[in-house]
Amino acid sequence: MEELYQEFIIELYKNPLNFGKIERPEMHAQLHNTTCGDQIELFVRVNEGKIEQAKFIGKGCAISQASASLFTSYLKGKKINELEKITKDDVLGLLKIDLSKNPSRMKCALLVFDTMKKMIKTKE
Amino acid sequence: MSLDVDKIRKDFPILQAEINGKPLAYLDSAATSQKPLVVIERIFDFYARHNANVARGLHKLSEQATLEYAEVRTKVKEFIGAENQKEVIFTRGTTESINLAMRGWGEKFVKKGDKIVVSIMEHHSNFVPWQELARRKRAKLEVIDIDENGELNLSDAQKKIKAAKIVAISGASNVLGTVNDLRAIGKMAHEQDALFVVDGAQLIPSRKIDVRKIDCDMLAFSGHKMLGPFGSGILYGKEETLEKMDPLMYGSEMIREVTIHKSTYAELPERLETGTPEVSAVLGLGTAIDYLNKIGMKNIEKYEQELIKYTMMRLSEIKGLKILGPYNENKRVSLASFTLEGVHPHDLAAILDEQGIAVRSGHHCAMPLHARLGVDASTRASFYLYNTKEEADKLVDGIEKAKKIFS
Repeated sequence: MEELYQEFIIELYKNPLNFGKIERPEMHAQLHNTTCGDQIELFVRVNEGKIEQAKFIGKGCAISQASASLFTSYLKGKKINELEKITKDDVLGLLKIDLSKNPSRMKCALLVFDTMKKMIKTKE
Repeated sequence: MSLDVDKIRKDFPILQAEINGKPLAYLDSAATSQKPLVVIERIFDFYARHNANVARGLHKLSEQATLEYAEVRTKVKEFIGAENQKEVIFTRGTTESINLAMRGWGEKFVKKGDKIVVSIMEHHSNFVPWQELARRKRAKLEVIDIDENGELNLSDAQKKIKAAKIVAISGASNVLGTVNDLRAIGKMAHEQDALFVVDGAQLIPSRKIDVRKIDCDMLAFSGHKMLGPFGSGILYGKEETLEKMDPLMYGSEMIREVTIHKSTYAELPERLETGTPEVSAVLGLGTAIDYLNKIGMKNIEKYEQELIKYTMMRLSEIKGLKILGPYNENKRVSLASFTLEGVHPHDLAAILDEQGIAVRSGHHCAMPLHARLGVDASTRASFYLYNTKEEADKLVDGIEKAKKIFS
């Protein structure tokens, strides 16, 4: 557990990166984890097919919020047509914690990923 | 102490377990209680030595299973003070019981424009069936509010219950812990000739209840929250109410005679119990009731009140912790839900789990209530006859540890 709540996770929970809205974003989606109430709203600014800026607002547990901070940073500079290729493992890799035995916490960690998936679908 | 908790703990094999290398402190009995060895052995014994279907065979095993199955109905009848065995319908749990009430009575008698009344503190299982009934019938769903203590607002209840067709209220809230004044609500309901349905899932495991004193028309509860197995549930109903009801399902157990043109149905209680019953679960429930009776429901209630009083006192020492629901232990069952500033309930539950402490976190299947309280989620510690003050202390230490990690 101490591994689950590493200092950088707590730090990101208290002081999230990329927290806030983007006005008139090119891409946008919101998702709710219905089992626990965690929420993520993702905003993406696209310029010439590339992500110029990614931000989020949300509430929930440390894992879901830290994951959203790390993932929005990760998205910056990615090409839009590359988004499809991002996998769950890429997201879990950012968190550097093993959640394979915690299916419920896995959902928390992947909420931002699922939000991105929804965002891509909405865009299409 | 009103009961010998050390002795009781020895009856529950799982309480000797270690979780994450720490002794288990099981504080999630409101979700499901643990089972004493006698209940587990009862199920084993049935399958190992007595397995047969009930009410079907003439052979010895079937006759015995049928008799023992019927005995449990009598035990349940006595446990809740029902008038006769016909008033006890076996289901698979509280949710199924309430759905049976909704489909069997509600679908038949509720009409367009009728009023169905629930409260804001209901578990989804006593909220959604009635919401759905209102939608299907174009009836009106009214929701009784709570006051600032987390108790039912009785003057709001009086207003909303006016001209109601159904009033469905929980005996105790699974989030706030509040024990509702069922007699008062029942009186209001009956003054309007409304059907009074009680969701007893959280109340029955902890209190001696007499359905005739509460004067409810129906009472739903689950065996698995009162030391019994999963898959055992009860719908109690007054005989005249059940007589008017339609079954939830057709075929099997509830049949008297079938021809290719028409079928006739069995008498109560079988008429409302379709399908092969969960025999082992029902037998296990019978043993659970024996166990509870041996300890004594009054003793359990008293012990739980000592525990929750102590727990609330200890929890209120924690800075940033806010307990939901009434502070007075006489007004609640032995559970406490709370929020902790700066620590999300899921993180708190995960950190407690690491210390062997099992609690529930989330919205506890009461989303309308959490919205009403303006709380996204909460953490719930719930206690039963096998819990101790030491476990409450462990909980407090665990919460302090979580605070430190998040500080």
